[in-house]
Amino acid sequence: MKFNHEFIEKNIGLLGIFTVIAISFGGLVQITPLIFQKDTTVPVEGLRPYTALELEGRDIYIREGCYNCHSQMIRPLRAETERYGHYSVAGESVWDHPFQWGSKRTGPDLARVGGRYSDKWHEVHLIDPRAVVPQSNMPGFPWLMDNKLDGKLTADKMEIFRNFGVPYTDEDIKGAKAAVEGKTEMQALIAYLQSLGHALK
Amino acid sequence: MLMSSFWSVWITVITLFVIAACFILLQLCNKNHTDVEEGKSMGHSFDGIEELNNPLPKWWKYMYLITIVFGLAYLALYPGLGNWKGLLQWNSSNQSVGYEKGIKEDSKAATELAAKEGRYVQYDAEMKKADETYGPIFAAYLKTPLEELVKDKEALNVGKRLFVQNCAQCHGSDARGGKGFPNLTDNSWLYGGDLATIKTSIMNGRNGMMPPKGGLPIQDSELKALTEYIFTLNGREGDKELAAQGHASFMKGCFACHGMDGSGNKFMGAPNLKDKAWVYGGTRKAILESIKNGRSGVMPAWKDILGEEKVHVITAYVYSLSHQAKK
Repeated sequence: MKFNHEFIEKNIGLLGIFTVIAISFGGLVQITPLIFQKDTTVPVEGLRPYTALELEGRDIYIREGCYNCHSQMIRPLRAETERYGHYSVAGESVWDHPFQWGSKRTGPDLARVGGRYSDKWHEVHLIDPRAVVPQSNMPGFPWLMDNKLDGKLTADKMEIFRNFGVPYTDEDIKGAKAAVEGKTEMQALIAYLQSLGHALK
Repeated sequence: MLMSSFWSVWITVITLFVIAACFILLQLCNKNHTDVEEGKSMGHSFDGIEELNNPLPKWWKYMYLITIVFGLAYLALYPGLGNWKGLLQWNSSNQSVGYEKGIKEDSKAATELAAKEGRYVQYDAEMKKADETYGPIFAAYLKTPLEELVKDKEALNVGKRLFVQNCAQCHGSDARGGKGFPNLTDNSWLYGGDLATIKTSIMNGRNGMMPPKGGLPIQDSELKALTEYIFTLNGREGDKELAAQGHASFMKGCFACHGMDGSGNKFMGAPNLKDKAWVYGGTRKAILESIKNGRSGVMPAWKDILGEEKVHVITAYVYSLSHQAKK
């Protein structure tokens, strides 16, 4: 049979393979070079890995879907840097797996929310956002106060992150369980939020 | 961002190859490869619908060509092909401008370098324009003593905008606060309400430090009486006998911060218990809770986030809130 348009069109498997090849050019150009760029692989000065508690908080952030409404990516536009602080740089996210940049901003960007509010404010706000911001349409997360962390998997999580290149020491991992056990999910999430943007203000 | 020449070539070659391939594909599809004459049936029909061998629609073909031309023009003007900086020398930000010189993530140094090299940086241009417009205004405000600034209506309006943007999350858009977040309009101050102190509070933040039961050897059984004592301190009616018992507990050490008569200590931020302002609520239940669990309200430091110029203006606004009559 002739190798022509009709032949490709009538062999779905072959069509699929050619489609993947055609699409992959985009990835080859846009993704592969970034894997080898120092800009995206070298941490910024002052970056420290998340503590055990912050790491657990980060998982709660992901579990509750915070990223659906909050980005963690300040763009280099004055309108954004005036409100949120210095724009985000790639070197801040090298130890985030996966990063929480997000793309939807129903709520404000959180890339540098750390230190902006007190722990107590976060607690009140997470239980009932309208208690402090009457116009807010963020849902409340009161159960975070009741749920306690057992820390069973914390060390494993840190071990996995270490395999990704996050410089956790043996002591960090050994002490992980003790550091989070008995703490509420609220404490963990607040610890995570307060750590955001610590490397660059 | 300067990448190694390998990746630069990699990106350039693949990108240009794909664009060329798109063009070749269009050319191939432009020719009649079937043995059927143009406009004639391809020889199959489905439910009476016949496929004809028609050429590509002209509007579609030209759109396709326009996108190719647009893509090439864009890649020539803007940075896209590896290390090619583009004819316009345009950069979105100064993030990596100084990368090869070891300057990174420091926008000031990077801005200076970009300006020296004559590069156009979108973000820098925005900031420069804003600096030129607003810089002198804020600089003038900073030079104005706060005592003068509180009389400047325009400055107070600026302060209000900054307050709503940055402070309202805790203190409320009307600055009346909430439970745990002080009301700024009642002229009752934890750390002092003079202009300089307000400014210090905003600049450096404040850390409350009331431990549970004040860190004193007060038994749970005493709490009810102590609560009654504090409840009645500002002149409210209560159980006098119980309050007298509470006074004894108060003298175990509460006075160290709150003063012998309970009028507080602004140096430590220990609240005055004799006025009508209660940060955490003035009911018996709220007072009991405060004593039992302690309170440590935190005001974040805004020095690094907002800078002194803006804090200066906000100070004037916050002061004006409780001094409306004088304005």
